Amino acid sequence: MSASANPSSALLVQDLRKYYGDVRAVDGLDLDVSAGECFGLLGPNGAGKTTTIEICEGLTSPDSGRVEILGLRWDQQEKQLRQRLGIQLQETQLADKLTVAEVVRLFRSFYERGRTVDDVIGLVQLEEKRDGRVGKLSGGQKQRLALACAIVGDPDLLFLDEPTTGLDPQSRRQLWGLITDFKAHGRTILLTTHYMDEAEILCDRVAIVDHGKVIALGTPRELIRSLGAEHVVDFALGGDSEPLGEDALRSIAGVRAARMRAGGYELNVGELHRTVPALLGFLAERRLELAQLTTHSATLEDVFVSLTGRQLRED
Amino acid sequence: MAERDRPLVQLITVRFKEYTREPEALFWSFGFPILLAIGLGIAFRAKPPEVVHVAVVNGSAQATTVTASLRRDSALAVEAMPLDSARLALRSGRVAVVVEPSGDHTIAYEYDDTRPDARTARLMVDDDIQRGAGRTDLLSSSERHVREAGSRYIDFVVPGLLGMTIMGGGIWGLGFSIVDQRRRNLLKRLVATPMSRAEYLASYLASRLVLLAIEGIVLLGASLALFGVPLRGGPWSVAAIMILAALAFGGLGLLIAARPTTIEGVSGLMNLTMLPMWVLSGVFFSSENFPRVVQPFIKILPLTATNDALRANMLRGVPLLSLWPQLLVLVAWMIVCFAIALRIFRWR
Repeated sequence: MSASANPSSALLVQDLRKYYGDVRAVDGLDLDVSAGECFGLLGPNGAGKTTTIEICEGLTSPDSGRVEILGLRWDQQEKQLRQRLGIQLQETQLADKLTVAEVVRLFRSFYERGRTVDDVIGLVQLEEKRDGRVGKLSGGQKQRLALACAIVGDPDLLFLDEPTTGLDPQSRRQLWGLITDFKAHGRTILLTTHYMDEAEILCDRVAIVDHGKVIALGTPRELIRSLGAEHVVDFALGGDSEPLGEDALRSIAGVRAARMRAGGYELNVGELHRTVPALLGFLAERRLELAQLTTHSATLEDVFVSLTGRQLRED
Repeated sequence: MAERDRPLVQLITVRFKEYTREPEALFWSFGFPILLAIGLGIAFRAKPPEVVHVAVVNGSAQATTVTASLRRDSALAVEAMPLDSARLALRSGRVAVVVEPSGDHTIAYEYDDTRPDARTARLMVDDDIQRGAGRTDLLSSSERHVREAGSRYIDFVVPGLLGMTIMGGGIWGLGFSIVDQRRRNLLKRLVATPMSRAEYLASYLASRLVLLAIEGIVLLGASLALFGVPLRGGPWSVAAIMILAALAFGGLGLLIAARPTTIEGVSGLMNLTMLPMWVLSGVFFSSENFPRVVQPFIKILPLTATNDALRANMLRGVPLLSLWPQLLVLVAWMIVCFAIALRIFRWR
């Protein structure tokens, strides 16, 4: 019987470790994903997200740690598990010479139960490309086909590794719609992403992963609220002014945290209407010239920056 | 809901569709061996007996008589010309012998005595002239012309081409395709489904065998129709040798494809495997030409075993049971390659 703390766990990972030589890809990672939940692993490239999800998918074996999926274990019940999981890998080029319907039909044949081929093609909105060659599909269409192959066995748990990486904004939004529909059927999803907007839109809960460990866990709202500040103010100074100290900045009314960044400063702020005038006064007092000032609502990106001092994506 | 498709049937179907949608692959497995057989057949075709060209130096009364008696021989093409032209024709090889009648009862022959055809021509010409002058033979003789199918070059090369096709199909067909799927991450994606790995590999072997049947029928049919290459051992024993060879080379292809992750990597391994056999295993010329010390090594190559068995069976009608050494070599390759390949195969 499962030693799970949470009896409704769809996925339980405890103290997972995987080292490649000196590189600690996964370094003591814990996860507990409930049934019916869409759970996101958010982190920069190289944080260990793909290694983690591939261990969960039974494609990579961990050095140590425990993985339990739907109450089953890879080393004992691989056959049953494979029937119940839907998997989308980060980069798969399906057979170019086959048509969309032929690929889906092939994948369907591997599962004992599942949806019909046309049903799935309809779900991912590829009806028009049904008899078109895979090689002729656009990036977004290929990604939707990959999703079709992942859900054709009507899985209880769906793994999506960077489902929208490299897609244009419209294709991303379309794919998000499909994933949201799948979620609405009460199925569990584990996805990895390095897009904070994707995690915020799709995920019920998010684990922020860095250097192979979970460094923060919660709903996107909770994580943002943990900053203690709903807003972020970015500003830069003109001329050759002396750098401002973080302590001095923190003394400005309403500033919860302050950081110096390339070319400017970043403040985590509770209430914009109080802090912005105070900031302007603070700079005027010191005869400093403002070169740029922008504000935005705090995102998971800001959570990541405040936890690690680094950007999620360097672009 | 519709009846669920059988995964093995789906895998084989998909394999065929991918293959038939690749025109280059179709050419290399069907068109190429046939073109090669036709080309070699034309180059080494069985020719009718060659006509021998001779020159008679004209200008004398006797020359007219000699020319007339030589013209009666259908195996000779006789030209009358002045001595200068005749010598020029001899030097340039256009005629094999120059006949120069000089005086009533003397004939002079000019020819290159190091050329067998020139010596034959001299004998034929002299024979005709002597008979024309009234010589009678003391013994009567009769002739029977024997031109046996099975001993021509085309008969030698067709089994070799068949063996080469089986090798190429097994090694390219499996090696290239499996590594391409691994490179595309498709192999990993398939392993992430409940697909049976045994069925995945079986689908390759099954589609190989079906393609082989088509290739074999096309190549053997074409050589039978165009050149009359014999199947003295019967079609079924040739089929049995081909199937065994296809399984041995399928195993070899699987072994080559077991680890590489790039097309370049697998291409190198495939060429490394096939090149020595193209040269050593008697495709275009007999492997007996190589020194005695390397013969044991050549004999255990799978292509040598295939070619030797096919030749013995097709051309000489040697039954399968007597071909056990070659068949044993193929079985050994098959078992060893599959065993190692399955152990070291990189699925992810």
